Amino acid sequence: MSSPQTAAQVIDQYFLEHRAKALDLAAFLDRIERASDGAPVAGSHDIRVRALLRAIDLLRDGKPERARRLLELWSDQTTEPIAKAPMKGAIGAAPLPGAAPLSGAASLP
Amino acid sequence: MYIDPHIHMVSRTTDDYQRMALAGCVAITEPAFWAGYDRSSAQGFVDYFGLLTDTEPRRAAQFGIKHHTWLCINPKESEDIGLAREVLAEIPAFLDRPNVLGIGEIGLNKNSRNELVVLDEHIALAKKHNLLILVHTPHLEDKLKGTRLIMDAIISQGVDPGRVLIDHVEEHTVRLVLDRGFWAGMTLYPDTKCTPQRAADIFEMHGTDRMWINSAADWGVSDPLAVPKCRDEMRRRGHLDAVIRKVSFDNPRAFLSQSGRFAIS
Ligand SMILES: [Zn+2]
Repeated sequence: MSSPQTAAQVIDQYFLEHRAKALDLAAFLDRIERASDGAPVAGSHDIRVRALLRAIDLLRDGKPERARRLLELWSDQTTEPIAKAPMKGAIGAAPLPGAAPLSGAASLP
Repeated sequence: MYIDPHIHMVSRTTDDYQRMALAGCVAITEPAFWAGYDRSSAQGFVDYFGLLTDTEPRRAAQFGIKHHTWLCINPKESEDIGLAREVLAEIPAFLDRPNVLGIGEIGLNKNSRNELVVLDEHIALAKKHNLLILVHTPHLEDKLKGTRLIMDAIISQGVDPGRVLIDHVEEHTVRLVLDRGFWAGMTLYPDTKCTPQRAADIFEMHGTDRMWINSAADWGVSDPLAVPKCRDEMRRRGHLDAVIRKVSFDNPRAFLSQSGRFAIS
């Protein structure tokens, strides 16, 4: 089963929605820098912000299957079970080896 | 007409049943899950299993919706192995209830050793009673690793993957799941899982065999009408009615009918 649409139809149908999402991302990065303790996002130590910046690079690399590769980029690539669950939630970016869990982890159903 | 094969009505209002019926929902299945708080004893789960096998089928029936269920202790409450084993011991007493399809949603959450022990014991229980299995895969960064560990655990006990549905697949796990012979579910859930658009993309890339879609609507920000919205997305793209029906009705019916318990009316 392939896409029944032409590229022009896909763009017509979805461009404005994704233009808005790109704008949201830009405003989010601006908001982090404008925060009371804000600093340039390019030097952020927060692994979630770093994961987003790496994702932007991936989007522009010209290779296919961006969604799969993006999810892989954000995934824990270790293979062994961990000793004990440190929390119930997840943060959305691959943890750094040995790092303490982030306090901002969302509790998800 | 559609089936939502994964939804947590315990967390939803009766208005949602009404809206789902209006949108064409004829059957749902409700896996046991983490209710957003930790239960302090096995009795809390016994009460929950009573709700899943008695209260909810009656509430759904008011709107012409058939309600089926899956029983387990979920991975988020599996870190305490002692409690998990007490709950596991209570499950067989409920297996004869007419709306019980199997064991679920079992799996992993943070991919811990204790979660894996409790998962193994659930798989053994399902195997012993020849029950279908519905699998929850972990969230976000934990999903890829957890999906692999879960599939290994199931295969190592010799369970037929054709009787197991691995739910919450995304672009990075769908192929792994299908290639090993399992069924795959895509959950249409804001922010943390698939959008209707991405689910339609995944069908276009990986086909529609052994796949279903569900809302997994629950106590989080979620949408009990996500399945009809995905059907609408596919229709807008020009997909055939037969294809849309396959992923939202024929496929879930085929998988669930293996239980010998699933009925639309
Ligand atoms: Zn669920």
